[in-house]
Amino acid sequence: MASTATSTATCRLSNPLSSSSSFSSGLPVKFNKFIALPTPVKAFSISCTLTTDPVPAAPVSMDPDPAGWQRPDSFGRFGIFGGKYVPETLMFALSELETAFHLLSRDQKFQEELAGILKDYVGRESPLYFAERLSEHYKGPNGEGPDIYLKREDLNHTGAHKINNAVAQALLAKHLGKKRIIAETGAGQHGVATATVCARFGLQCIIYMGAQDMERQALNVFRMRLLGAEVRAVHSGTATLKDATSEAIRDWVTNVETTHYILGSVAGPHPYPMMVREFHAVIGKETRKQALEKWGGKPDVLVACVGGGSNAMGLFHEFVDDKDVRLIGVEAAGFGLNSGKHAATLSKGEVGVLHGAMSYLLQDEDGQIIEPHSISAGLDYPGVGPEHSFLKDAGRAEYYSVTDEEALEAFKRLSQLEGIIPALETSHALAYLEKLCPTLPDGTKVVINCSGRGDKDVHTAIKHLQKERKMNDEKSITK
Amino acid sequence: MAIALKSTADFLHLKKHNLASLSRLSSGKAFVSTKRFTPMATVTTATTLGLADTFSKLKTQGKVALIPYITAGDPDLSTTTEALKVLDSCGADIIELGVPYSDPLADGPVIQAAATRSLARGTNFNAILSMLKEVVPELSCPIALFTYYNPILKRGVEKFLSTVKDVGIHGLVVPDVPLEETEILRREALKNKIELVLLTTPTTPIDRMKAIVEASEGFVYLVSSIGVTGARASVSDRVQTLIGEIKEATTKPVAVGFGISKPEHVKQVAGWGADGVIVGSAMVKLLGEAESPEDGLKALEIFTKSLKSALA
Repeated sequence: MASTATSTATCRLSNPLSSSSSFSSGLPVKFNKFIALPTPVKAFSISCTLTTDPVPAAPVSMDPDPAGWQRPDSFGRFGIFGGKYVPETLMFALSELETAFHLLSRDQKFQEELAGILKDYVGRESPLYFAERLSEHYKGPNGEGPDIYLKREDLNHTGAHKINNAVAQALLAKHLGKKRIIAETGAGQHGVATATVCARFGLQCIIYMGAQDMERQALNVFRMRLLGAEVRAVHSGTATLKDATSEAIRDWVTNVETTHYILGSVAGPHPYPMMVREFHAVIGKETRKQALEKWGGKPDVLVACVGGGSNAMGLFHEFVDDKDVRLIGVEAAGFGLNSGKHAATLSKGEVGVLHGAMSYLLQDEDGQIIEPHSISAGLDYPGVGPEHSFLKDAGRAEYYSVTDEEALEAFKRLSQLEGIIPALETSHALAYLEKLCPTLPDGTKVVINCSGRGDKDVHTAIKHLQKERKMNDEKSITK
Repeated sequence: MAIALKSTADFLHLKKHNLASLSRLSSGKAFVSTKRFTPMATVTTATTLGLADTFSKLKTQGKVALIPYITAGDPDLSTTTEALKVLDSCGADIIELGVPYSDPLADGPVIQAAATRSLARGTNFNAILSMLKEVVPELSCPIALFTYYNPILKRGVEKFLSTVKDVGIHGLVVPDVPLEETEILRREALKNKIELVLLTTPTTPIDRMKAIVEASEGFVYLVSSIGVTGARASVSDRVQTLIGEIKEATTKPVAVGFGISKPEHVKQVAGWGADGVIVGSAMVKLLGEAESPEDGLKALEIFTKSLKSALA
């Protein structure tokens, strides 16, 4: 039966690989069965807990070996997380995208073209740099401490890891025959990366950005326009990244036949979390190779900041099956985890559905999405990529959080010790070293994903650091 | 195919009868349901019919269902209570009630703005439930809730469905849960005898549409256009073909929504063989943009009647 069903789907959808098409072509027989089927015992036990627990807990029987995990399964689920929670209008486009992605990931010519652009246009591979003075800074009185390395994604064209995904998706859009590109952006980094690749490939580009973010990131708005993109202000809701994302999805629902949506994180409906991760996986692959060259081994600890979580997934993915490599994600605690003004979704959120995927979210008791806060616009998102939720619940990755203030300190520290101005997003990962390093044995190899450069944040930093200085001055005067 | 033709014939045949009942409507009994005067209603006064049964009843009368949509709590919940009564008495056959949500992905600007206003006024789900508990016994037509998935998940799927069942809700439309993700919802809906309506769209391939209509309860919700909710100048001819395709796949009733905003649209879609028409943003706009709730309710009454006469 399965084979007949698949072949029906193939004829109709010309979509042999899509899981959803073979599922939906199960047709009446399957659905009659589905209704009549006695509810499985496991499902019953889940529904019993529903009254107190909004969502079933992670699957009970989980393979202890990460190599046995499906990340994701054929429905695009990472355990209970992920999936495709979108209006029906988009379902065909998502399965079309998934099919194209699978075909192209095995297509030698496409892979060569992509590799060529990553090398000559993006400037890969990015260095794995030994941060000598930063490592020195964390040495204890006995001179012992970890060796800290930076994976220099900030040296990519446009100044962040975001371009890896944007380039690959633009190429994919070209293969899909879609000439209109849309994207959402918060800080403007993903918007700039998308506008850049659209200019490079001659594609029409529309960027949705919260009206409030446009004010905060005026420089990036100018950059995007200079690159030929149309930047559309989003005034609905709270006029920030979540609303820009909703608006981009609405545009896609409306123009799905001509438009490709370059989603900028490992979030959204399947196949985006998987696809965006794969396009950033080059970060981890290079890191493995470079580590082997530099010290003949693997990293011991990987650290990356997590908003939606694309730079972290790009670094982690290669090492998920290496159980001896610690994976640490650092979220934005804003004014503090108990302040109610933060973006620490994994630390403080609850499971729900936003922008097409099930994941941890910041929400109120009615299931309305709560506006997050972070000094870093790129981490200022109330959701998180579903695979991070999965890795957290599976106990494979650890997630911590860092406040605005701690991030600003790290921003200054790296600038002064290494002559590298990191993005405020990246500064969160760097800030966690304060807590992490004293706990690590001598010579531990720590790799931090230096996901972006901080030029875009200088304006924000000036404002905050001046405030700080003023307060200090006032203090010294009163003394 | 045969069925579609037959229902068109019935529809033409009974035109006069409908007009007669409408003239009664416009003679001032706006707040009394006309259904109670029809012979069929004597059977149903005890309990309100569910969605599918409502369609069956209408079919025997050769009528097309009018399904208005409004957002709960816009401008406030007491106006929503009155609006439900107005819609019911002006001939709504089913009412879709939208639960306001912070991130309504499938909605255009009109319903987004209504949800934002409603939430800003402090509307929450418990207040909506209390309102429904009061008003539902006074209505003769069934209510289907239109809500995004996260508020359901937050409450717990099982608890959500049993709670809405308790306040007399008959149907549920969840625009961000496509077929693949409906398993838990469908199970709990069946348990609580809530009809879970699924949506099919112009981009849905035929095989997938067949699976959707097979799983849909109450009726099949045909999204008329590619895009979000909101008024459009005209209804695409494609809808006629889509209705035909669905009718070939199922005997379940088909209601068309998204972009239907004028009496002409309603008439056209009914003429194409739809069993129901859903009008949302146009209703929401009347309530949301009125000078006062009273003006909004008056405008809603006039508009609903004009749609009802277009279906007669």
